[in-house]
Amino acid sequence: MHWLFAPGLLASAPVRQALLLGFLIALTAAVVGVFVVVRGQSFAGHALTDVATTGGAGAALYGLTPLVGFLTGAVAGAGAMELIGRERAQRRDVATGVVLGGATGLSGLFLYLSATTTSSTGVTQRVLFGSLFSVSSAMVPAALLIGALVLVVMAIVARPLLLSSVSPDIATARGLSPLTLGLAFLLVAATTVGLCALAIGSILSTALLIGPAAAALKVTRSLRSAIIVASVLGVAATWAGIVLSYDSYTWRSSHQGLPVSFFVVVLILLTYGLCAWRRARSTRV
Amino acid sequence: MTDTPVLAVSNVTVSFDGRRVLDDVSFAIAPGEFTGLIGSNGVGKTTLLRVILGLQKTSAGTITINGQPRAKAHSAIGYVPQRVSVDPDAPLRARDFVALGLDGHRLGLRRRSEESRAKIERVLAAVGAGSFADTRLGELSGGELQRILIAAALISDPSLLLLDEPLANLDPRSVQEIVALLHRIAQDFQVAILLSAHEMNALLPVMDRIVYLTAGRCASGTTDEVVQSDVLSALYGHHVDVLRLHGRVLVVAEPSDDVDHLPSHATLNLDA
Amino acid sequence: MFSGFMIHAWEVGTIVAIVAGVVGFFVVLRDSAFPAHAIPNGAFAGAAGASLIGVSTLIGLGVFAAAGALAIAALGRRTRNDVATALVLVGILAVGAAFLSQSTSYEPEVFSLLFGQILGVGTNQLLPVAVVGLGSCLIVIALARPLLLSSLTPDIARARGLRTDGLNVVFLLIVAAVTTIAVPVVGTLLMFTLMIGPPAAARGFTKRPVVALSLSALIAVVVLWAAIASAYAMNWPVGFFVGIFSALAYGLSRLWQWRR
Repeated sequence: MHWLFAPGLLASAPVRQALLLGFLIALTAAVVGVFVVVRGQSFAGHALTDVATTGGAGAALYGLTPLVGFLTGAVAGAGAMELIGRERAQRRDVATGVVLGGATGLSGLFLYLSATTTSSTGVTQRVLFGSLFSVSSAMVPAALLIGALVLVVMAIVARPLLLSSVSPDIATARGLSPLTLGLAFLLVAATTVGLCALAIGSILSTALLIGPAAAALKVTRSLRSAIIVASVLGVAATWAGIVLSYDSYTWRSSHQGLPVSFFVVVLILLTYGLCAWRRARSTRV
Repeated sequence: MTDTPVLAVSNVTVSFDGRRVLDDVSFAIAPGEFTGLIGSNGVGKTTLLRVILGLQKTSAGTITINGQPRAKAHSAIGYVPQRVSVDPDAPLRARDFVALGLDGHRLGLRRRSEESRAKIERVLAAVGAGSFADTRLGELSGGELQRILIAAALISDPSLLLLDEPLANLDPRSVQEIVALLHRIAQDFQVAILLSAHEMNALLPVMDRIVYLTAGRCASGTTDEVVQSDVLSALYGHHVDVLRLHGRVLVVAEPSDDVDHLPSHATLNLDA
Repeated sequence: MFSGFMIHAWEVGTIVAIVAGVVGFFVVLRDSAFPAHAIPNGAFAGAAGASLIGVSTLIGLGVFAAAGALAIAALGRRTRNDVATALVLVGILAVGAAFLSQSTSYEPEVFSLLFGQILGVGTNQLLPVAVVGLGSCLIVIALARPLLLSSLTPDIARARGLRTDGLNVVFLLIVAAVTTIAVPVVGTLLMFTLMIGPPAAARGFTKRPVVALSLSALIAVVVLWAAIASAYAMNWPVGFFVGIFSALAYGLSRLWQWRR
């Protein structure tokens, strides 16, 4: 088994921490992601990650913890999307694009200043593409707590949220408020994006959010099984990514490994492709 | 029909997933004829129009336009779709869109000639668009947009103007206005008109020909020839009554228990 | 700031801006914000891979941008809600990140690819940029009317005999071409801002198509000139200023519309 589990894998503290964090983040992402896909909000998810980038870059520049930066950015992004969301469809896309452009430009500035004025190196890589192994242990309890909180909230609102996503009129008739639920969910999604950014970087976090969920929805129709399948796929991809990344340091003599995020994203892509292919085959008569 | 028909539909059949949406449909339209394609929703009107426009392939049958095969006759038909969604911010005025009807398929950005600009003015006047010709396309009301679409289709000198459900969702007064407008255009511009609708009464005063479509089969001829109890009963495959009252026509179809016993050839072309 | 290597920056910048403005006019019209975002991301991976194997970044950009354009055309007109295209996008970025992690000069490379830098413009790149840029412009202007018609009312366009699918492929390849020449200056992440902001602003100021097209190019040029000058003065990335000034131009246009 040595080719898969390189020596010292489970003995290494950063790896164990990464496995723990990865587990919870992937789980949270899977649960929230299923709703994101069901509500057809994949693009919103992508937009949130761009603004999360700005937050993360700003935090790196001013020496704040990355998690705070990502979360602030994502939540601010959620606020901006709400405001823009009042517009007509085509104008909304343009406005979103322009706002994202501004936010991304700001990220560029923050990252540049980090690189040139502070002594920390590799900030760009860390913020954009993640480095799960170097998350400081002080942050782990906070991340775990936030993840757990998101899961609890989702358990409470799952049914009303599903109803208002699928049929807002019926939901309103039953006394729910689709608008409030929608806004609350956007905040939940933003928080989840912030967590994902911690694990695999802000630019790539969309993959963890919607990938396993979309794959699960291709092979199952009920909400409960979709959540279970998505969680299994997401956690499996994350753990496999961690293991492979650790292994990859031993592949080349230069000891330059490949990032966790690369493996995670590729695995998620492959899983989705497999599920989509299976679905296409089974629906062809 | 002595002249070459503007449109000749011959034995057109279209099948989706083994289901025949159009079944051996044939009819012809003479130059300048005002034709109504009448049928309720789902009988195949839109499919038939798309076949005529070359947007839908047939399993069998041919379409000729002015005697030429469909594939070669792109500019002979002016198409007015039922619905068009336009970005409200798109930077062009109503008259710019009409101009595209003239040269939207040509390369280059050459300035339009005097003659072209005169044509644009002429069709804008013909549809009564003088007051909103310079408004942004996306800011037009539904009725205004419809008139602009008609103008854009008209400007390329088509032999046939084809409109998909232009009267749907209109109040009775607007229906009358559009029908009168189309009748005027048919005469002033010497163009044949084919429009689809699910109700024939508003068109009775102006229709030269009716193509009555049900479950993929059709009967074609003048209203007096086609809208008769025996003709429509044969078409539907079960008993149908036709009532005429105060110049209006009402087709009453009894629900039938066995819908399987339908005649196989129910295309009746009463001009042959 | 008008001597030495900066002259090339101004020359290339002007060409890039004009082309981005002209092509961007149609990107916004066709609601193609997604391909405008996706193709530069694909180009990122290509550039990263090229630098890894020692090939010119311009070639890496060009090849991957064109491949991305063709892939998007083949996938059909998916809406941006489609998960598949989002995942492929992110996947390509991850591959690019992997390429970059293998080279020793990681951080500066990532940075200039994503956010652009003035110094990314070398002498020997002026000719290819001019040829590709002006060529793209000419093609787009020649196809202007069919593009306009097929963007607004695809059914009518097809009924008139226009090949809307072929037009789409050509258009996406043009976007790929613009990406190739613009990325070294503006960066992959900000490129689409230059293609969306100025045209979106232009359409707020006028309702006449030819005027809007010209204004779109003009605003793009002003934005990029201001960005280059500011980047030179502050020594900050060009992409940052492009993002900010594009947003500013768009904001002014919205303000203008609101006040009328």
